[in-house]
Amino acid sequence: MRITVSVDGVSYTDEVEPRMLLVHYLRERLGKTGTVVGCDTSNCGACTVHLDGHSVKSCSMFAVQADRHEVTTIEGLARDGQLHPVQKAFHENHALQCGFCTPGMIMQSIDLLADDPDPSEETVRHGLEGNLCRCTGYQNIVKAVRDAAHQMRPGAGPEAEQVAPSPSHAGGGE
Amino acid sequence: MIPAEFDYVAPATVEEVVRALTEAGEDAKVMAGGQSLIPVLRMRLAAPNVVVDLSNLSELTGVRDDGDSLLIGAMTTHYEVQRDHLVRDHARLLAVATDTVADPQVRHRGTFGGALVHADPAGDLPAPALAMDATMVIVGPGGRREVPAREFFVDYFTTVLEPDELLVDVRVPKLTGWSAHYEKFNRVAQAWSIVAVAAAVRVTDGTIAEARVALTNMGPTPVRATGVEEALVGQPATAESINAAAARAAEGTNPTTDGNADAEFRSHLARVLTGRALTAAVGA
Ligand SMILES: Cc1cc2nc3c(=O)[nH]c(=O)nc-3n(C[C@H](O)[C@H](O)[C@H](O)COP(=O)(O)OP(=O)(O)OC[C@H]3O[C@@H](n4cnc5c(N)ncnc54)[C@H](O)[C@@H]3O)c2cc1C
Ligand code: FES
Ligand code: FES
Repeated sequence: MRITVSVDGVSYTDEVEPRMLLVHYLRERLGKTGTVVGCDTSNCGACTVHLDGHSVKSCSMFAVQADRHEVTTIEGLARDGQLHPVQKAFHENHALQCGFCTPGMIMQSIDLLADDPDPSEETVRHGLEGNLCRCTGYQNIVKAVRDAAHQMRPGAGPEAEQVAPSPSHAGGGE
Repeated sequence: MIPAEFDYVAPATVEEVVRALTEAGEDAKVMAGGQSLIPVLRMRLAAPNVVVDLSNLSELTGVRDDGDSLLIGAMTTHYEVQRDHLVRDHARLLAVATDTVADPQVRHRGTFGGALVHADPAGDLPAPALAMDATMVIVGPGGRREVPAREFFVDYFTTVLEPDELLVDVRVPKLTGWSAHYEKFNRVAQAWSIVAVAAAVRVTDGTIAEARVALTNMGPTPVRATGVEEALVGQPATAESINAAAARAAEGTNPTTDGNADAEFRSHLARVLTGRALTAAVGA
């Protein structure tokens, strides 16, 4: 099936099998390996990306369902070589050890800050309920998200991510 | 894992969906948010020939005011239900129960209709639907029919829906001014309910005028705790009457034993959680 998807501001048109998961399309067709797969059960959240500005688990969606939609991955956050404020806050607060959960954590953190630009610790913990980390014990992740909130007024809403009409690509470069 | 091959269609109207399902027979599977179906396909616990995606049916999304009831489109996501002001004002029990479902990512895609049709005994939305006396609006090749929640859920993961039928709307009678609480017992984040209790009460001048209580995971389908409801009506909204009523929560239930809890522990949980749910609801 032919799909046209905008990923990190670039429009791609590709032929995909209906059973291809969005995460596999991103990684294997587009080479966007920043988005990772951490489980087989839709639990870990490592694969979290934004679909039209809202967080989703890209292992629990088919690529065909992203047809005519806009996807943002961890690779689309930095602007002109500058890390996104949430990326920066994770870096500065030591919010990662092995880093495997980090792409998903950051994508979900941006989503939660869009809903609540000044979250309590409780709200951050709830908002990250769908993301598992096996290293950090979450303490510094929570700290990073609240730090980012303070750095970022008025908030990194979905609007901040919507990218202007983009150049077109035929094929994901297989 | 990767699902087995299937054909994919995403029709634009309910009529086309029903036609696609009729043509494909038992080999087709409807997909709403995919948050239960895709994991099942990935484990290859199911391998339909055709997946019929409902995402293009915009007519099935959203909440409408229909006089004494709300009409909630089957494709309305959990996220939309949580934020809808009509639901917050007139179906508070549904809003607070939806807050406990899964995690934010899953709530962005999972739908109210999908959660009801999936009919997982541990799912958090069938019991509130039953407590609120919701009615399922179903469309199939033979036209439209309406089925009350108490007849809709038949067994584990089984409803009255035929393979070529579609849940289009859920009619939820308004419980305006009622207070409500959903008390869920689970062990870890984003986990399903081991047992949960949906409670809604209408209190006037300190007296419980009406009460609805339904239980999650106390049998193959959600069940109404009718003994508790009877014991509450006409009583003062106090800790004593709530505790007396909650003691009857496990009456007539048929809980399973599994790795999380045995039947006896589930009965104990039903009583304790009913007490907590009612206490939170009336603010006693
Ligand atoms: C990690 C994780 C945690 C979860 N935790 C919880 C939890 O704590 N509590 C809870 O209640 N749920 C939980 N869920 C399930 C979630 O609520 C799902 O959204 C829901 O069960 C199914 O909704 P869906 O729209 O994704 O349906 P789908 O997965 O698309 O479909 C589910 C089933 O219903 C059928 N179907 C769907 N819509 C229709 C329709 N309109 N007409 C006819 N048939 C239809 C499909 O054919 C399929 O058989 C969890 C899911 C995940 C992945
Ligand atoms: S890879 Fe674990 S939730 Fe997607
Ligand atoms: S940093 Fe290793 S899983 Fe989170």
